[in-house]
Amino acid sequence: MTEGTRPVLSCTGISKFFPGAIALDEVDLTLYSGEVHALLGENGAGKSTLIKCITGAYRRDAGTIHLQGQAVSPTSTKESQALGIGTVYQEVNLLPNLTVAENLFLGRQPTRFGLVSYSRMQTETARILKDYGLAINPAEPLSSYSVAVQQVVAIARAVELSGKVLILDEPTASLDREEVELLFSVINKLKARGLAIVFITHFLDQVFEISDRATVLRNGRVVGTRELAQASQTDIIHLMLGRQLESRIQERAPAKSGKPLLELNNFGRKGTVDPFNLTIHEGEVVGLAGLLGSGRTETANLIFGVVPADQGEAKLRGKTISLANPRQAVGHRFGLCPEDRKTEGIVGDLSVRENIILALQARQGWFRPLARAKVNELAEAYVKTLDIRLASLDMPIRFLSGGNQQKALLARWLATNPDFLILDEPTRGIDVGAHAEIIALIERLREKGMALLVASSELEELVAYSTRVIVLKDRRQVDELTGGQISTGNIVKAIAAETNREVA
Amino acid sequence: MVHGFQATLRRIAPQLIILAVVLLLNFLVFPDFFKIEFQNDRLFGNLVDVFNRGAPTALLCIGMTLVIATKGIDLSVGAVMAIAGATAADLVVSGYGWGTALIGAISVGLMCGLWNGVLVAFLRIQPIVATLVLMVAGRGIAQLITEGTILTFLNEGLIHLGAGTVLGIPTPILIWIGLGAIVTLGVRRTALGMLVEAIGINEASSRVAGINSRVLLVSVYLVSGFCAAIAGVIVAADIKGADANNAGLWLELDAILAVVIGGNSLLGGRFSITASLIGALIIQSVNSVILLSGLPPEFNLVIKALIIIAILVIQSPTVKHALYILRASAESEALEPARAAQLTPPKETAQ
Repeated sequence: MTEGTRPVLSCTGISKFFPGAIALDEVDLTLYSGEVHALLGENGAGKSTLIKCITGAYRRDAGTIHLQGQAVSPTSTKESQALGIGTVYQEVNLLPNLTVAENLFLGRQPTRFGLVSYSRMQTETARILKDYGLAINPAEPLSSYSVAVQQVVAIARAVELSGKVLILDEPTASLDREEVELLFSVINKLKARGLAIVFITHFLDQVFEISDRATVLRNGRVVGTRELAQASQTDIIHLMLGRQLESRIQERAPAKSGKPLLELNNFGRKGTVDPFNLTIHEGEVVGLAGLLGSGRTETANLIFGVVPADQGEAKLRGKTISLANPRQAVGHRFGLCPEDRKTEGIVGDLSVRENIILALQARQGWFRPLARAKVNELAEAYVKTLDIRLASLDMPIRFLSGGNQQKALLARWLATNPDFLILDEPTRGIDVGAHAEIIALIERLREKGMALLVASSELEELVAYSTRVIVLKDRRQVDELTGGQISTGNIVKAIAAETNREVA
Repeated sequence: MVHGFQATLRRIAPQLIILAVVLLLNFLVFPDFFKIEFQNDRLFGNLVDVFNRGAPTALLCIGMTLVIATKGIDLSVGAVMAIAGATAADLVVSGYGWGTALIGAISVGLMCGLWNGVLVAFLRIQPIVATLVLMVAGRGIAQLITEGTILTFLNEGLIHLGAGTVLGIPTPILIWIGLGAIVTLGVRRTALGMLVEAIGINEASSRVAGINSRVLLVSVYLVSGFCAAIAGVIVAADIKGADANNAGLWLELDAILAVVIGGNSLLGGRFSITASLIGALIIQSVNSVILLSGLPPEFNLVIKALIIIAILVIQSPTVKHALYILRASAESEALEPARAAQLTPPKETAQ
């Protein structure tokens, strides 16, 4: 049904550059009338950047957008709305203290002799919402209804204002099963009316339930568009997580792990990560794989004491230790490069130099400042070995590109001479060059006998450097792959197998 | 070290210029302003008065600068001054020596700082609310100590701290300059200053880097309490009595103002105690110029307001951004174009 007809919206070659990173690289997206098109990808893949480029919230750096054959170039969300592209976000951005009718008609209230006609507004609202299967009182404040109903009102508003393309950005994230049903019935009605609908979500089951086609983004590129009737969940997970580097594993020498360094027994925290056992040896890289929300970051934070464990014990070289906060972890010569570099990694206004020595200085205590000469020596050495590109060591670190910030954070921990380094998404949001350098660095550190735990959504990357891969799903370990077993195919199988078991 | 001195000078240059302008205004309305005489073993002159009268605000702004650097604020310092003054007065009236009185006042100030620090660092109460508690309750505590009266005393040693001189220089001047120097060196010659700044800029990152943010937060409130106690003793000694209702009244606002005039952001981070101290002198010079000009003191507040607005405009993100663009475009001529593009923050993330 979707084939052969003329596309409602077609985007070609959309590119968007951020300083030091390519957010979108020649992305194509075509939407047909009456289709639900899922837009998939891990965090940072470029989904929201693409949406923002289409709706005009961002200015695209290259590419064209055609709406019903006409080239368009909206410069604001308001303009794209007028053109016919409506967007509804996960957090409903309506005004909860106004009535349902006011929300629906805000900015274009029906008037009578120059005054707002509330009665007409309310009858109109009731009529419109009936089409969406909602029989609610238009005069009630919006906040008196559930999030799902508010979501539908937001959709109704977007459709009334635009009416050609509807973009739903994670609309089901905070809805329960029944509310999702309500939303899906609304989506199906709109589909029948001939709208082109973009559906962004992390729930694959929902994608298969409601969508006709899916486009998968990874690292700002389209890795594939699939007719969902002919695709399986495994195919889609494969696309999302990638598998091009497969051949590299054969080249790697078999891992020779050293003595056990850290032993975690029944380690966990209620509601965060189910208790797990994990032993990490010197000279090995343990990869943490899993879909978004599977507990990768939570596991990393638990081991480093960012969120302390409430059960189990940790042993360092056979001795029981406490990991109640990051300071203790740093004291045991651990290091953590967090997933969210900006909020948990860098100290933006401090200079690159100060950021590099921060952890070492913190461990040494405030009373024993590092000598200026030593500080310069350390900072300069790491800038050189890690090839951090900067104008001056004195510049605030927030002016560095993502890749250089990440390298400076690595330098911060390497300066403390750690025994165990946890890297959470070490290559997220950084450019291709720095990407390769960080992967090479991980290999080098492993060869020198350091123990590493790397959480990543990039499977091919994990396969490239891990000596062992732990697969997480729903905040617990579901599988462990070693040696020759490590391949993106096997990781995807482990994730998907578990999914199927749960569905059954 | 020459490099560090130059950096400091560049940092405090705006404050020095403002101070020079306000002092010049003083000179214009009162030509004898800069005249300093030596009579009765003591320096006299309007400039000396500015330094002497500015002592309480200057002392308060030392601790306040550190507190603000951690993204906090200490509204209780005025009340802590009253408590400390009352404690010192009560002790000398009860027959203890001035040394004991001073130590008692400082202990009480440190206890107040500890209270604030625990509320902020451990109970995670917002600093403005946490310190508001003591701001309100503090005067009540001071009244309990003085039993509702103005507790006067005649202890020479204690009075000397507020009204006396050392080598002809009024004691309060020596105390605030001395304490300012000690704290500045204390935070800059150790790693304390950088760690405090790190907490103020990004506490989550600092925690992950292994910084003990709780202990540091409590410490800055302790320093603030200590400074307030000294200021309280000086004010009490100056009038030879402890006035629980009026000692240090509204001074917390002057101290915050001095820190802001000193170019320190209320959002925390980079700080300069020296600049704050110059800020305190600017405030006192403004008070002086109103007094000397013979204008009614009502003008004081309006003129103060004008100065603050001028400084806040210079500090506003819009103006700062414009300056930054100017500087970056000048720098980019020396760099390759690609690097310059990196240096310019993206528009989209600026919203």
